[in-house]
Amino acid sequence: MVQLTSAERETVDGRDGPARAMALRIVADTARLLGAAKLVPIASAHIDGCLYHGDSGTLFAERLVADGGAVAVPTTLNVGALDLLHAGRVRLAPERAAMARRMMDAYLRLGCRPTWTCAPYQAGHRPALGQHVAWGESNAVAFCNTVLGARSERYGDFLDICAALSGRAPEFGLHLDDNRRATLEVDATALDPRLVAEDAFWPVLGAWLGETEGGRIVAFTGLPRRIDEDRLKAMGAAAASTGSVGLFHIVGVTPEDPKLAPGHESIRLTGAMLHAARDRLSTARAHAGDAVDAVAVGSPHFSYDEFRRLFAHLKGRKLAIPFYVCTGRHTLAALAEAGLSETLKTSGLTVVADTCIVVTPILPASDGLLLTNSGKFAHYTRPNTGYDVLYGSLADCAETAIAGRLVRDEMIWR
Amino acid sequence: MTPLLPGSAQGRVLKLPSLSLWGGVDPFSGKLTDPALPHCGESVKDRVLMIGEPVGSSSSSAVLLELLHAGNAPAAIVLGRADAIVALGVLVAREMGWATIPLLVMAPSEQEGSADGETMKIE
Repeated sequence: MVQLTSAERETVDGRDGPARAMALRIVADTARLLGAAKLVPIASAHIDGCLYHGDSGTLFAERLVADGGAVAVPTTLNVGALDLLHAGRVRLAPERAAMARRMMDAYLRLGCRPTWTCAPYQAGHRPALGQHVAWGESNAVAFCNTVLGARSERYGDFLDICAALSGRAPEFGLHLDDNRRATLEVDATALDPRLVAEDAFWPVLGAWLGETEGGRIVAFTGLPRRIDEDRLKAMGAAAASTGSVGLFHIVGVTPEDPKLAPGHESIRLTGAMLHAARDRLSTARAHAGDAVDAVAVGSPHFSYDEFRRLFAHLKGRKLAIPFYVCTGRHTLAALAEAGLSETLKTSGLTVVADTCIVVTPILPASDGLLLTNSGKFAHYTRPNTGYDVLYGSLADCAETAIAGRLVRDEMIWR
Repeated sequence: MTPLLPGSAQGRVLKLPSLSLWGGVDPFSGKLTDPALPHCGESVKDRVLMIGEPVGSSSSSAVLLELLHAGNAPAAIVLGRADAIVALGVLVAREMGWATIPLLVMAPSEQEGSADGETMKIE
């Protein structure tokens, strides 16, 4: 039975208005059915519920606005269903686009920041080690817990905004010390260091984690002591989309002590396990030279550093097929500040801002074959767009887009 | 079997080893969309949706809310373990005054006692 404080009971009784009362009621109901003992005050929120999945979500957000709702903590917004910076990029039917816009507007009127990104942690939203927060969007939750060491359970749409409005979350799951402790050591020392040095390794490691050990808290050992943040982001996103992964530890890298108990269970990763995971990220068989219809990167949203890397791969060469790069407006602003707007403009890349290709119709509506370097895109492209998907490295994506045919460096997987 | 959100319902069991409602079910039609699923193309409407392992995206609650609002929802959902994301869709529907459905937890081993397609009554 969940215990509310006297202040929380007053909020539920309407002291702070009907929107905050409804929000706290939903948080408390969720806490009750999860078996949480109490609620925990939160420092910030990230809202995934601003993506249009039908009119119901718009009506809910507008109810909160009509009832006088306002966020109680700093709150960022995940992607919406529209690209507000590039008119015509999204092919949503006009009536759905209008409802999606109404929904986005309602969240802004509740006081959320218009970040529109699934990588809020690269848009200045970085809670401190040990801080309790309520975040939606599975990759953001994984990053928040794993890389920042802040504490969020994997919240569903609507609980995120209810937590933001009430400033409370159920004290459950990853908010609690015991549930953050690793119960399985995954030893990576046997892996070929040349593979581990590749960007393309990390989403595959994440996909392996999500598929095979998605229900457990894992501590990786034997990985490099310094791992680029974009690699951790890509790994977490793959793990969180292929399984219910909200936290993992990498000994020597992530900030929290995994607290492995003596005599803990341990497994040793082999190249073969990862090759199998890599193969599962593609829904079609293809060979070098086969036609590819499009390339897409940026799930989670492409960062400034990733753009720099992509520019370096492209070297100003002309693209033969559409190359979608999904990103946040914070990254476009950083590119502009660095004087790279012209480079971006002449690159031939199709920039998708505020949203991405698997959450709203952007790809031409035909079957096709898409190459991506994202484990999350690899997981969702087939069901959400109808395109078959191939997984490859960022270099593979660049070379394939230039050739218009599949170019994939298989050597890194030997 | 433990009720997460109580209610009564009856329907034919639609059994899936794992499912993310987002990416697995079209919110506008209620049809299973993932070609990797054994029941791809079938609708979840009025079925007792039995999911061994609820996985994936936090948008699953939004998909369920839309199914409830549009009348395309399952008759009930049975999960292999408690999942707040799925429950949220039902909780918000209740707050909005829309139709809701029962939500239950049944361990995967217990789910083996129910066959796909058989009629299940929940009280």
